[in-house]
Amino acid sequence: MPIWLVVLVKSGILLFVVITTFAYAMLAERKVMGWMQLRPGPNRVGPWGLLQPAADAAKLMLKEDLMPRTADPLIYRLAPFLSLLTAFSVYAIIPFGASSAGTWAIGNVNAGVLFLLAITSLGVYGISLGGWASGSKYPLLGSVRATAQMISYELAMGLSFIGVLILAGTTSLDGIVNAQQRLWFFIPQFVAFVVYVITAVAETNRSPFDLVEAETELVAGFHTEYSGLRFGLFFIAEYVNMLTVSCIASLLFLGGWNAPFGWTWVPGIVWFLLKVGFFMFFYIWLRSTLPRFRYDRLMAFGWKVLLPIATLNLLVTAVVVAVWS
Amino acid sequence: MSVLFWGLAVVLVASAMWTIMASKPVYSVVALLANFFALAVLYLTLSAEFLAMIQLIVYSGAILVLFLFVIAMLSSGVASFSVGPNRLPRIAVPAVLLVLIALGLVVVGIFMPHPAPLPLAGAAVNAGAVGDANVFGSVADFGRALFTTYLLPFEVTALILMVAVIGVIVLAGEHAPYVGTPRRAEEVRKSLREAIAREGD
Repeated sequence: MPIWLVVLVKSGILLFVVITTFAYAMLAERKVMGWMQLRPGPNRVGPWGLLQPAADAAKLMLKEDLMPRTADPLIYRLAPFLSLLTAFSVYAIIPFGASSAGTWAIGNVNAGVLFLLAITSLGVYGISLGGWASGSKYPLLGSVRATAQMISYELAMGLSFIGVLILAGTTSLDGIVNAQQRLWFFIPQFVAFVVYVITAVAETNRSPFDLVEAETELVAGFHTEYSGLRFGLFFIAEYVNMLTVSCIASLLFLGGWNAPFGWTWVPGIVWFLLKVGFFMFFYIWLRSTLPRFRYDRLMAFGWKVLLPIATLNLLVTAVVVAVWS
Repeated sequence: MSVLFWGLAVVLVASAMWTIMASKPVYSVVALLANFFALAVLYLTLSAEFLAMIQLIVYSGAILVLFLFVIAMLSSGVASFSVGPNRLPRIAVPAVLLVLIALGLVVVGIFMPHPAPLPLAGAAVNAGAVGDANVFGSVADFGRALFTTYLLPFEVTALILMVAVIGVIVLAGEHAPYVGTPRRAEEVRKSLREAIAREGD
């Protein structure tokens, strides 16, 4: 097969898988949160509510698409697509299994981690442009918050990556996972791991860092004015981003597709998906457990706690690696 | 590759034009975003992987986001940038001439003999590295050049930027209530409170 056809087929499969995962991640979130709050969660559509995503999709597609008179039509329409585009394009380089066992990624980029950082740093545009273009107060506040929050936490996130890069000695995701065959990086890089998990929640604007769409203050934040399928696109982007940060956490810190305790009789992809699933559950757990940050505390936490810790961790890692080798 | 180059060139020029001619500042930001993205792809076609990614991370991911932040805050309505007559045609001719002269200088500069890079740290870029590390433009290659051959310029640049940042804090801190020493902050807060009280009368 020519290379472009391979890429096209892989992208198609991946798109289908990611969208299906989104649908059931959403259902899982509602179910798990329901159980944690001692209620059954959605259970009317299909057995155990398993067809709920289909019902939701039908509802979103049939809803009227509204646009405020004060909105900027061009940017208002562009923003959800920008959000979705950045959310999906990360999957171009995420490997789901060892490259020795066939190619489990669309592209294996040498600067893989940098590509991840580059694309996730673009994710803020959809939210911030969408909020601005709505021409309405609450969305604007939401988008201004999003911009400040994502810039602040991106720094600590990037610094938490660098410790891993120093240990692995490469920026390719494949190489980083292979470097973890003996020891997963969350042990030597525990501080970076904690910083990453926290910043990842903040980057995806999920509770307890969901000030961007804090419904008690901002109605629905940046997507207040959006309805129907355009809102749906933002919604998909949020969950896909959640999946992305879970994948990155598994690849960088939990050894990707490497099996724990030498249990290699289970295929690598299963291990990878289990780890990703663990993080998805963790984020749902956080959401139903923790109250929302106050905005000034959020900023202070990002700049005065996470950033110094991440910098210190980087410094110590660099010194240890330099002395060791 | 040539098709890709010309396609990107068209996108780059068009988005640059849109950036300076857009009626609303936010459109300028979006156009500039497209421009940065196309530029990153152009770097990729030159196999300058690291530069492409840094272009996206630093310029699109940080600097342009700050532009957007300020512009969105200041122009929260969707009012147009300017309502006056379009003055672009009047400055267009001198601007085009200037650009042509600048381009001419660049072309002359390319064909002039280059001075050798500063051999500061003594170590030349090592060409015998492992695997893809010595591919032009790769992360390893870039890093090695930056931290050996060009170490001094790199550190000096960092120092200059640091000075600029501190300068901004000093300049802006004069009127910012939460910057500076706690005592100074308290003084500013007090004067602000007094000003607000006067407004109330």
